[in-house]
Amino acid sequence: MSINMHPNRLLQPSAIVRHAVLLTTGALILVPFVWMVSLSLKPPGEIFRASFSFWPTQFYGVENYTKALTEAPLPRYMGNGLIVCALILGLQILVCAPCAYALAKLRFPGRDLLFAMVLIGLLLPHQVLSLPLFVLGYQLGILNTYAALIFPYVVSPFGIFLFRQFFKTIPDDVVHAARLDGLSEIAIVWKIMVPMALPALAAFSIFSVVGHWNDLFWPLIAVRDESLMPPPLGIMAFKSEESGNDYGPLMAASTLIVLPLVVAFLAAQKWFVEGMTGGAVK
Amino acid sequence: MSEPLALTGAPDEPSATGSVRALPSPAVAPARRRALTEALAAWALAGPAVFFLLALFFLPVIGVLVIALTDWQFGALTLAFVGLANFREVFADDGFRASLVNTIVYVLIVVPGTLVFGLLIALLIESGKSCRSFYRAIHFLPFMATLTAMAVAWEALLHPTIGLVNQTLAAIGLPTANWLRDENTALPVLAVIGIWQNLGYAMVLFLAGLKSIPQDLYDAADIDGADLWLDRFRTVTLPLLGPVSMFVVIVVALRAFESFDTVKVLTQGGPGHASEMLLYTLYRESFEYLRTGYGAAVAVVFLAIVVTLTLAQARLMDRKVHYQ
Repeated sequence: MSINMHPNRLLQPSAIVRHAVLLTTGALILVPFVWMVSLSLKPPGEIFRASFSFWPTQFYGVENYTKALTEAPLPRYMGNGLIVCALILGLQILVCAPCAYALAKLRFPGRDLLFAMVLIGLLLPHQVLSLPLFVLGYQLGILNTYAALIFPYVVSPFGIFLFRQFFKTIPDDVVHAARLDGLSEIAIVWKIMVPMALPALAAFSIFSVVGHWNDLFWPLIAVRDESLMPPPLGIMAFKSEESGNDYGPLMAASTLIVLPLVVAFLAAQKWFVEGMTGGAVK
Repeated sequence: MSEPLALTGAPDEPSATGSVRALPSPAVAPARRRALTEALAAWALAGPAVFFLLALFFLPVIGVLVIALTDWQFGALTLAFVGLANFREVFADDGFRASLVNTIVYVLIVVPGTLVFGLLIALLIESGKSCRSFYRAIHFLPFMATLTAMAVAWEALLHPTIGLVNQTLAAIGLPTANWLRDENTALPVLAVIGIWQNLGYAMVLFLAGLKSIPQDLYDAADIDGADLWLDRFRTVTLPLLGPVSMFVVIVVALRAFESFDTVKVLTQGGPGHASEMLLYTLYRESFEYLRTGYGAAVAVVFLAIVVTLTLAQARLMDRKVHYQ
C-alpha cells in the first residue's frame, strides 16, 4: 500500500476536496426540497417580496399547513395512496411469488416459454398499454374506482423476475427437505421460500410502493373523483384550484406528500438503496 | 405433495438429484408420475400470473396494435382495417414530429448528464471512508421523492420574478429568463430536472459496481506499477464498471423516454410544442382529445423505440462488455 493512502491522516488535501465537492453537490441537490419547505412556512406577503432567507420573518407554517390539510382533502389523498399501494403490493406478492417458485425450482413443459413471457413483460412500458387497459377498465365497469387504480398492476414481471433470481440461490436441498416433511408445493412457497427471501421481498416492496405512490400517469386516466385521487393527482388538482396564487399551502401540501417516503428512506436507507438496485448489479 | 408416493416406489430416491440415470427400472414409472405432478403443480402455481400476464400485458399489446391499424374510436361498435393511415397521420403532424425530436434531444441531454454526474459522485463517495451513507442519502433523495410534488417546488424555484433561480442570477449580474415559458429554455430546463432526479439512481448503481471490484485487482495493478490513482482508475475501475455503465445507460435512457410528470405539471408541452414529449403526446391525444387511432399509433411508435433501444443495448452489452 502506498504512502499517500495512510489511513491515520484524516485531513489530507484529497479528503478536503472530497468533502467540499460532495457538500456542494449535495446542497445543490437539496435546493428544491429546502425551498419547498421554506415557502411552506412563509406568509403570502413574504413569498412575493422575494428574499433569499430560508427562515420566515413571520412564521406562517401553522396557517399554511392547516389550509393544506383542510381546504384540499390531503388526508384523503394520502389515505388513497396508502390503500392503493398496499393492495397493489399484496396482490403482486400473492401472484408473483408462486410463479417465481415454479420458474426457479420446478421442472415443467413450457417453463422457458413462461420465462420468455416474463422477460417480454419486463420490456413493455406500461404507458403503451394504457389505451387498451382503459378500454378494459371501461368494459369491466370499474373506471373511477379503487379497482381501476389497482388492476393493471396485479402482476409484476419485475416481481416474478426478482423472486425467481432469489429463489434460485436457495439450495434445492431445502425444497427436498420440506417435501420430505410433507409440505405441499404451495406451502413450500409461503412457509419456506418467501420467509427465506425476505431481502428480495423488502426490495420488491420498496420498489413497488415507491413506484405507485409516485405514479401520476395511470391515475390521471383511471379516476376522475377527487375522493379517489392518490397524492400526485391530488396535488395537481390542488394546484389548479389555487391557480398558482397561493404558494404557501401548495408547498405545504407538496411537503406532506413527499414526507412519508423521505422519512421511510432516511430510516431504512440501506434497504431502499438495495430495493432500487436489487437484481440490477450482479 | 407427491413425494411420499414416490418414496414408497423408490427407497433410494433422495439421491435422485445427482444420479437419475442410475435408478433401477422399477422407479421409472413413479418418476414419470412425479414429473407429471410436478408439472401440474407448477402450472397451478404459475396460473394466476400467466392469466394476468396475458390479460394485462399481452392482450393490451395486441389491442394497441389493432387500434393503431383500424379506424376504431372509443365507444364505436364497428371497426375497419385502415392499414397505416393512422401512422401516416401521425408522421404528417408537425406536433408529433416536434414531440419525437424533443424526446430524443431530452434523452441525449439526460443520459450523459446523469451518467457523468452519477459516476463522479459515486467515485468521490467511494474514495473516502467518512460520511458515505450521509452523502449517498442526500444525492439519492430526488429519486425517491414524488416527482409531481417536486415539480411544483421546481415551478416555484423557476418563477420569473419571485423564483430563487432568477433572484440568484440577477444578484450576480447574469441574465434571467422565464424558464418554463421560453421556447429555448423549456426543454433544457426539463432535462436538468431529469438529471437532478436520476443522478442518485446512477450513483447508487455505480457504488454497487465499485464495491464489487475485488481489492486483489487493485493490489495487482499496484504491483504492475499503476501507482497513480488515474492509472488504477483507467486499468481497473473503468473496465470493470463496463456492465454497470451499460445498465445505467439503458435504465436512464428508458426512464428519460418515459418522462411525463414534469411535462404535465410544468409546461403542458408548451410553449407551442417546444417541450412536448412522446408520452405527453400519447396521453393528450388518447385521453384528452380522444383521438384513439392517433393515440394508439403514437403508442406503437413509442413501444418500437423502447423495445429497439433495450434489445440493441442488450446485444451491445453481450458483445462488448466484460463479464466475470
